[in-house]
Amino acid sequence: MKNKRIVWLKYVVLSFIIIFMVGPLIWMISTSLKEPTKIFTQFFPNPIRWENYVEVLGQVTFLKQYWNSVYIAVLVTLMVLLFSSMAGYAFARIHFPGKNIVFILLLSVMMIPPEVTIIPLFLFMRDLGLVNTHFPLIFLPVFGAPGAFGVFLMRQFFIAVPKELEEAAIMDGCSRFKIYWRIMLPLAVPSLATLTIFTFLTNWDEFLYPLIFINSRELMTLPVGLALFTDEAGTSWHHLMSATTLATIPLLVIFFFAQKKFIEGMTAGSIK
Amino acid sequence: MKNNIQVKKRRFSNETGDRIAGWLFVSPMLIGFSIFMFGPLLFALYMSLHDWPLLGEETFIGLKNYQDLLSDQSFLNSLKVTFLFSFGLVPLNIILAIFLAVLLKDKFAGIGLFRTAIFVPVVTSLIVWAIVWKYLLAPELGFINQFLGIFGIDGPAWLLNKSTALPAVILVSVIKNVGLNMILFLTAMQQVPAELYEAAELDGASSFRKFKNITLPLITPTVFLTMIITTIGAMKVFGQVYVMTSGGPGESTKVLVYYIWETAFKLFDIGYASAIAFVLFFLLLAFTILSWVVRKRWVFYEE
Repeated sequence: MKNKRIVWLKYVVLSFIIIFMVGPLIWMISTSLKEPTKIFTQFFPNPIRWENYVEVLGQVTFLKQYWNSVYIAVLVTLMVLLFSSMAGYAFARIHFPGKNIVFILLLSVMMIPPEVTIIPLFLFMRDLGLVNTHFPLIFLPVFGAPGAFGVFLMRQFFIAVPKELEEAAIMDGCSRFKIYWRIMLPLAVPSLATLTIFTFLTNWDEFLYPLIFINSRELMTLPVGLALFTDEAGTSWHHLMSATTLATIPLLVIFFFAQKKFIEGMTAGSIK
Repeated sequence: MKNNIQVKKRRFSNETGDRIAGWLFVSPMLIGFSIFMFGPLLFALYMSLHDWPLLGEETFIGLKNYQDLLSDQSFLNSLKVTFLFSFGLVPLNIILAIFLAVLLKDKFAGIGLFRTAIFVPVVTSLIVWAIVWKYLLAPELGFINQFLGIFGIDGPAWLLNKSTALPAVILVSVIKNVGLNMILFLTAMQQVPAELYEAAELDGASSFRKFKNITLPLITPTVFLTMIITTIGAMKVFGQVYVMTSGGPGESTKVLVYYIWETAFKLFDIGYASAIAFVLFFLLLAFTILSWVVRKRWVFYEE
């Protein structure tokens, strides 16, 4: 009897808490489908106005920003996967002089906050004429904390791979690169998947770099574009919410399909 | 004999080969980090010793920027706001995360749904989350105040009021990330050996006593580590402040990173901004070193 009451209490408390987690997103989606005149008078949209989405997707700037976000996140992720798995493999499996010092040096990158390096970087990029280009948005994350975390994660993985797999290949005279590319990398797919999710997500969310390096609308990524849109949206909440929904849906879809991998990627990143 | 030489030769060439290969494999990252991280870090230190306008000539002034910080009311305020933010966020986040982990530890019908729901904000983009909450908290038309209005409560202008703006930003940030810490605690709790609970049950221990005397002591390392990680994140808060309050009203939510950004890219005083950034760097460094010490001490609890 007492147990039953506790279970009920659990449901009530949890339901109350998740209102604050899921409620805002439900409100966002619902507002994105409302008639402009009915935004403040109803909770659920009636009638549903899909045109909001058509109108937002008709804005060339929004589409460009969406594309920028996608292609930059993809490029950053690919480069992090390649470079950090290469370095991770070398740190785990190859003996070369100076290895430990270099490894500690690379790890220390995780301690350097981008907020400190961004001011000199802005000067460099300005002098090289790279402000208001995607160059800094692509290269700074690769050679920053996400990249360093990737090295760490991949090294942890490669260290655990049995030596025999490699020794046979070395005996056959395979080059190190071939071993890495043909034997080790295919084995590392699960770790690479975790790293992919972590890197893609952090990059999709990146705010400071685009805020500082980009000043023309067409070159912005979604977070900065949306933040700017907020300042100008005025009463067109329905359009703003359609835009934010469009920016969120890909993440939620991937999350629901690859939940386990997703949680792994996020927690791995946070324990670094 | 011939065979033997062959093997030796190959081994020799493998060793030199490995030397080169090793460096080649790490060189993209090493070169990249040198250009984009170590170089700029040193240069930021150099800049912080100068009076350096964004457009114009720099002059060496030694430690004057750092001296000026001591009497800069805006800086001291941003330091205070950052600490208030962190000390508000961290305990709330950790306590709520532990509480949720306890509730969601043992299987019951619908558990997956609850776990997923709590993790959903973690997946959402921070900027989107902040934008949505900004509108939910809008003074008259915002959903929160309209909802409170049903009960005859006249909600404040959350983000435009000096006393409510910072707490509102803290709460929004806690809800965004508590799911991540909950998962970390869940993982830690699942590693507690079941025999311990069974023994306690035989002794007739209550749920609360089991939590206090078994669970909590065994997850302490995770609690400490999570606390430090969350604190480091909190000290660097920027995006949600930028979106929700722009540092206002007044300077009530102007955190350190916001002040750095403003000094460098609104007031174009990049030498001074670098000095503030270095203060942040040393604060974060202190917490990072603390996390290493903590991790070392409890290393036997890790997998």
